[in-house]
Amino acid sequence: MFRPLIVIRHTPKIDFMKWHKFGFAFSALLMLSSIVLFVTVGLNYGIDFVGGTQMQVRSTTGPANLAAMRQKLDALHIGDVSLQGFGPPTDVLIRLPRQPGGDAAQEQAVELARKALGAGIDYRGIEVVGPTVGGELIRAGVTATILALLAIALYIGFRFEWQFGVGGMISTLHDVITTVGLFALFHLEFNLTTLAAILTVAGYSVNDTVVIYDRIRESMRKYRTMPFRDLINLALNETLSRTILTVSTVALAVLSLLFLGGEVLRGFSIAMLWGVVIGTYSSLFIAAPILAYVRPNRAAVARSGEAAKAPVSRTR
Amino acid sequence: MLYFANWKILLICAICALGVLLSAPNLFSPSLLARVPDVVPHKQVALGLDLRGGSYLLLQVDVAAAQRERLNSIIDNVRNALLDANIGYTGLAVKGDAIVFAVREPGRIDDARQALAKIDPDLTVAITPAGAGTVSFSAPATEQKRQLAVDQSIEIIRRRIDETGIKEPTIEREGQDRILVQLPGISDPEHVKELLGRTAKLTFQLVDTGASVDEARNGRLPIGDEVLPAEEGKAARVGPDAYVVKKRVMVGGDTLVDAQPTFQGNEPVVSFRFDAEGARRFADATRENVGKPFAIVLDDKVISAPVIREAILGGSGVISGSFTVQSASDLALLLRAGALPAPITILEERTVGPSLGADSIHAGALACIVGVALVVVFMVLFYGLFGVFADIALFFNLCLMLGSLSLLGATLTLPGIAGIALTMGMAVDANVLIYERIREEVRAGRTLISSLDAGFKRAFGTIVDSHVTTLVAGALMFWLGSGPVKGFAVTLSIGVLTSLFSAILVTRLLIVTWVRRWKPKVIPI
Repeated sequence: MFRPLIVIRHTPKIDFMKWHKFGFAFSALLMLSSIVLFVTVGLNYGIDFVGGTQMQVRSTTGPANLAAMRQKLDALHIGDVSLQGFGPPTDVLIRLPRQPGGDAAQEQAVELARKALGAGIDYRGIEVVGPTVGGELIRAGVTATILALLAIALYIGFRFEWQFGVGGMISTLHDVITTVGLFALFHLEFNLTTLAAILTVAGYSVNDTVVIYDRIRESMRKYRTMPFRDLINLALNETLSRTILTVSTVALAVLSLLFLGGEVLRGFSIAMLWGVVIGTYSSLFIAAPILAYVRPNRAAVARSGEAAKAPVSRTR
Repeated sequence: MLYFANWKILLICAICALGVLLSAPNLFSPSLLARVPDVVPHKQVALGLDLRGGSYLLLQVDVAAAQRERLNSIIDNVRNALLDANIGYTGLAVKGDAIVFAVREPGRIDDARQALAKIDPDLTVAITPAGAGTVSFSAPATEQKRQLAVDQSIEIIRRRIDETGIKEPTIEREGQDRILVQLPGISDPEHVKELLGRTAKLTFQLVDTGASVDEARNGRLPIGDEVLPAEEGKAARVGPDAYVVKKRVMVGGDTLVDAQPTFQGNEPVVSFRFDAEGARRFADATRENVGKPFAIVLDDKVISAPVIREAILGGSGVISGSFTVQSASDLALLLRAGALPAPITILEERTVGPSLGADSIHAGALACIVGVALVVVFMVLFYGLFGVFADIALFFNLCLMLGSLSLLGATLTLPGIAGIALTMGMAVDANVLIYERIREEVRAGRTLISSLDAGFKRAFGTIVDSHVTTLVAGALMFWLGSGPVKGFAVTLSIGVLTSLFSAILVTRLLIVTWVRRWKPKVIPI
């Protein structure tokens, strides 16, 4: 018979609760430094959010001469122009800052830049975002993130007990904040796709948390007198192999996006990769241990279990 | 567990087959698909502009400017109405979205109100007891005019784009007063932007030969006149840089029925033809003003100001100016398509050239294939035969996903491709949950059948709960995101839904079939 080559044979007996205070301290430090970085250094917002122009150009005459191009563009006095290599040596990503004077002024700057750069350049992609749209996208992005956090908390609170909702929201918030912190630390471009990645991270990290919560709830019903600390440890150990395996499959997909998906998806992949790792960590060391503090009502959990069980057994 | 109703088996197989059938067209080239009969589905996933190359423009219709212009044209009516009724007023002007004035004598406020009410039923007239008056469009009228302006703008933009010969453009309203234009295959939209950005309001107005531009600029502008700059042509300009013209419009461009670029001698010109009404008015105006110059005004700039040699009765004419061949044909196009009811600004432009799009498809597809391959190998390594079952389910999941995207006519963007890769990684999550559960039940000493049964049953609730949260995130992205992010949200959400089907039902069917057929003694995990 075709058996698996690798099997995790025994349920581990790791005392997660012994380490959870380190986890809390570590996460508090991570979140705090993320917030500090966000406030002091700030994010490297892409043009999606602040407006401006981004051009992907390719030199048709061999490797691009960044210095010469920069010189030509600086002579235009259209603000702080940034140039960076983008993939192969012929390719350059040019960013023009948002121009003063509304939406129409952005278009004029592009035209000036194209004239200044002259021939021998293939414009592979141009994106121009005016100030009006940029502001709206920031608002929509922030709204979406906040709503996602609330909706997730509400859903967990509704399916479990409210204490679980609180735990889920805190750990998701932790994942979102540290992802933002990562982007601030490495000065990675923060754009619309990054935001999509963050929302996906929020959804995914809760996935993990829900699986563990589900097991904790089940154990609460099964072992009504077991101390909470032990319950959490048991649930975490029982689901550990599952946690590792599912994280691995998603990580495999994300890694191939990161290395093969091209420059455009890089920011997205980095955010996803970090989110998957930190999301798993937070499920183990934040979301689960928090329950030992907010203490879901065991009687209520047991009751809801009986209520839920009855109709199910009848239909099956 | 072992019991699987026949209709359920049929339904699952049918859905899988449908998925394969609907996704299959994506493997073939469009030219090949054109030759297969219509009964075979041949809808392919539509590629977003970031993959197929093209230009995406978000335009804003400046409704407020159109409103201001309407108020400016009504201010004369207000003045006349007050003068006719012999009501003294001061400070008549357009301020914000209303015309303001002050009635001198408080006793005549009611008369003023009556006189002004006759102008237009859409206007709201309000005068305070102190005599401060405002005339503005009522809220429903403003709203209606806004709708109309946006609708007309869409229509005219469509005509202009159609005239340029661009294939398969999409032009749709976005939000309240925005228009989204998508032009596949256009990698240099400069020309289109130029055409869309122009209002193209054409008027014929008499030049006031009694006034000079210098005097007018020094504040001695005769009443009913205005100073308009000359159009800066591409060729060398002849004549003055501005004209004093009568505000009254002889004939407007809205009465044109045709305009074509042509040549007069060697010079590019635009010939035009009026409709009956326009022809009559043009004939009258030219007959009365033989020997005087009239200005051809486009968007408040004078293109040229020829002298009327004789009455023009035929209803057609020629606009000459300092045109190039290109600018003459552009003007003809704009005149044929009509004037925009309101100015338009470009809020956002995203253009992707064909080479970048092809690179993106290539990179995205490669990442997807490698990602899926890794997951497939991983599952076999860790679950053996059951891993193969999960991989078969994963295959149907991919088919169903592509099939749904094709069927829904959804657009696949680069982030969308990332979404596919990601959901492939997430889809096996349900399998892992089920298998781990089965493993536990086996360890707990249950029999083969009851372990399988319990594994599926117990994992089900967890799977649903854990997937709903991803769907919540997807829904929010779809609701609040734009363009590429929406594409990602769609693939992510569809992927989560199809993975629920494939990971739970397809896997279960495979395992049940395996148990029945081979009657195994142990579970190989």
